[in-house]
Amino acid sequence: MVGDPEVMTPRHDSPSPLGLGGGGGGRDDIGASPSPLPPPARGGGGPFSPASLSRRTFLAGAALGAPAIARAQAAPRVIVVGGGFAGATVARFLRRIAPNVDLMLIEPNAIFTACPFSNEVIAGLRDIDVQRFIYDGLVADGIRVVQTAVTEIDPTQRSFAFGSNRRLYDRLILAPGIDIAWGALPGYDEAAANRIPHAWKAGEQTMLLQRQLQAMPDGGVVVMSAPPNPYRCPPGPYERASLIAWYLKTRKPRSKLILLDAKHAFSKQKLFQQAWQRLYPGLLEWVSLSDGGKVTRVDPATNTLETDFGSHKADVANVIPPQRAGAIAAAAGVADRTGWCPIDPTTFESKLQPNIHVIGDAAIAGAMPKSAFAANAQAKVCAEAIAASLAGTTPQEPKLINTCYSLAAPGYGFSVAGVYHPAGGQLIEVEGSGGTSPVDASVEQRALEAKYAEAWFKTIANETFG
Amino acid sequence: MRLAIGALVVLLGAAAPPPGALGCSGCHGGVAPLPVLAGRDPDEIVARLDEFRAGTRPATVMDHIAKGFSRNESVAIATWWATQK
Repeated sequence: MVGDPEVMTPRHDSPSPLGLGGGGGGRDDIGASPSPLPPPARGGGGPFSPASLSRRTFLAGAALGAPAIARAQAAPRVIVVGGGFAGATVARFLRRIAPNVDLMLIEPNAIFTACPFSNEVIAGLRDIDVQRFIYDGLVADGIRVVQTAVTEIDPTQRSFAFGSNRRLYDRLILAPGIDIAWGALPGYDEAAANRIPHAWKAGEQTMLLQRQLQAMPDGGVVVMSAPPNPYRCPPGPYERASLIAWYLKTRKPRSKLILLDAKHAFSKQKLFQQAWQRLYPGLLEWVSLSDGGKVTRVDPATNTLETDFGSHKADVANVIPPQRAGAIAAAAGVADRTGWCPIDPTTFESKLQPNIHVIGDAAIAGAMPKSAFAANAQAKVCAEAIAASLAGTTPQEPKLINTCYSLAAPGYGFSVAGVYHPAGGQLIEVEGSGGTSPVDASVEQRALEAKYAEAWFKTIANETFG
Repeated sequence: MRLAIGALVVLLGAAAPPPGALGCSGCHGGVAPLPVLAGRDPDEIVARLDEFRAGTRPATVMDHIAKGFSRNESVAIATWWATQK
């Protein structure tokens, strides 16, 4: 899907706002040109202007030993790394609002498996196939989608590498999602995850946990662990516990589920606990931090989760481990000591490296949770900010929305929603906005929210992948 | 109000989306039962947002979201959506 490999050449700064030249790059050395060039008009690009020279011509010059050249006269090149809800959305919106951009999305997987609703898959309520999306919609939009892994990013040179190729970028958008922080929880490494799934990246891990639950005899004990903040999908562990409890209640009613938590409190807590009391009394037990819920060690050989208060041997164990931004973020120098990426709340540009933007779960987005809805919303704001910046205008101050549904059982849904804006260099919730579904909502209301959740998933998947 | 917003639609038709507008399509993208915003009468959208903000209309998430936008912001968002297809 990629054209000829391109030799990397160092670039010069140019006088344009983005260092892109924009036709005004006459000061760049273009030693490959056959004759002295007339100074082009700013924003122009006549038949003999630098802009009309192909990149290949430049490179031929570079290869012949000509002085270093910038690709200043080309269309601005924006590279999106990662094809999840954030990455695919930002690519599609940029294509739409800045069609002149030389745009490429790089993603190692041919198929994206969505996390929202994957808890239903684990509980046998949903087919994994409806969680899977391909990139044909992006390709149809005219976006170059390259199936490979970016192995290196050099913010100083504004270059990135995949395989043996090295290329330059003008803007890089990192949307790598999360990686498991291997080593943060003693005993839980990649080998252990083959025995005790995390299922916090949807796909094979989701199916492994589903199979283990199906193979478990009635009367078994399922032990889950929830990590400390921050992590992907704050209410996710509790939705998962709920739906596994539903599975046990309806299929293996003598079984039990213990949810060990490294926290004192969690997202939508009153709503979940009310549902558990109604639906799963005696079946689902939540153990808070103060009651000894923090898992300190995992023993995959015996399927045991250890806490300071004792050991929990499981028939099926599910460890949701500590997480950090996808590994490429740290490699690019945009992750801080927390493992996540500080960003400017208006543009989502990294606070650590200029010209790199970070969106989605990898970003430190202040009060915004790490959700698919938030990733999609951030992507649109980032696309607008980059388009404005490339056009030499100032990005407008954004407002972002998040909405997140959870299911406590089939047809039993509730939500949290919020509106966010920049303040003091961070995203904060707009005063007076936001909140969860009421605790005293009717059965019909819960059913309606479950229906809305399903419609939301279809909508956002369609907007993200086409 | 209808006339005023109608005039704004003409004035701002081709403008960039106002802050928050693009967030709406995360839900309102054409999958029932969630209502579509594109091409909808802006007065209707503004009236709904007023009711959600005031708490006078039954809601699930829109009461929480409407309170994050002023009336002027709501008018701008409704006006922009009215021009979308």
